[in-house]
Amino acid sequence: MPEAKDGCVSPAKGPIVPEREQAESQVEPSRGEEENMGVQVGKPAPDFEASAFVDGGFKNITLSEYRGQWVVLCFYPGDFTFV
Amino acid sequence: MTAVAVKYPELQKLGVAVLAMSTDSHFTHKVWQEQELSKMVDGGVPFPLLSDSGGRIGRAYGVYDAEAGVDVRGRFIIDPEGIVQAMEVLTPPVGRNVMELLRQVQAFQHVAATGEATPSGWQPGRPTLSPGPDLVGKVWEVWKTDNAF
Repeated sequence: MPEAKDGCVSPAKGPIVPEREQAESQVEPSRGEEENMGVQVGKPAPDFEASAFVDGGFKNITLSEYRGQWVVLCFYPGDFTFV
Repeated sequence: MTAVAVKYPELQKLGVAVLAMSTDSHFTHKVWQEQELSKMVDGGVPFPLLSDSGGRIGRAYGVYDAEAGVDVRGRFIIDPEGIVQAMEVLTPPVGRNVMELLRQVQAFQHVAATGEATPSGWQPGRPTLSPGPDLVGKVWEVWKTDNAF
């Protein structure tokens, strides 16, 4: 993992959609964003880039940089919530 | 999150990276870590806190609640090839069980290493199953329901 840097990070890309899918959605503008949603077990995890707070600093993290390693990705509703 | 932090050494031993993500900004994550998490866990949580701004990543994973504007509790186990092996999604009021997370990771790693299958409630050291024609109709001989608990 690259070392965390202080300072602000550049805006993260969010979901990283493969080029082919992007091209398809341009051809079919009517196809709703919602149709591609959700993941399935046994299928690839959608890649993403997100800004992160880690080791006291900020940096952008992509899922694909963890290839070769088991990853547990945990979503939670919000900081300062109670559970 | 802090429960996962406490068990983080065990996850590290299994070679697992943890990524936690909410729709909060990374700036909010910093303040949460400094003001609260570090008081619950010595040194704060040891894994990255990621920002899913606008819930765009949560949408891709099917865990974004557009009405509330937040990601619900979704936990995904992703293998070294980037394949989703397990997912668990809960509405916000109920927290997850980190011991079950550890159990599932151990089971998936055992399956990946041996090709065996781990029956209900499997824990390391308990009997596994080797699926094949010989096992059809014979599970009752090699596996008892007591093994699940």
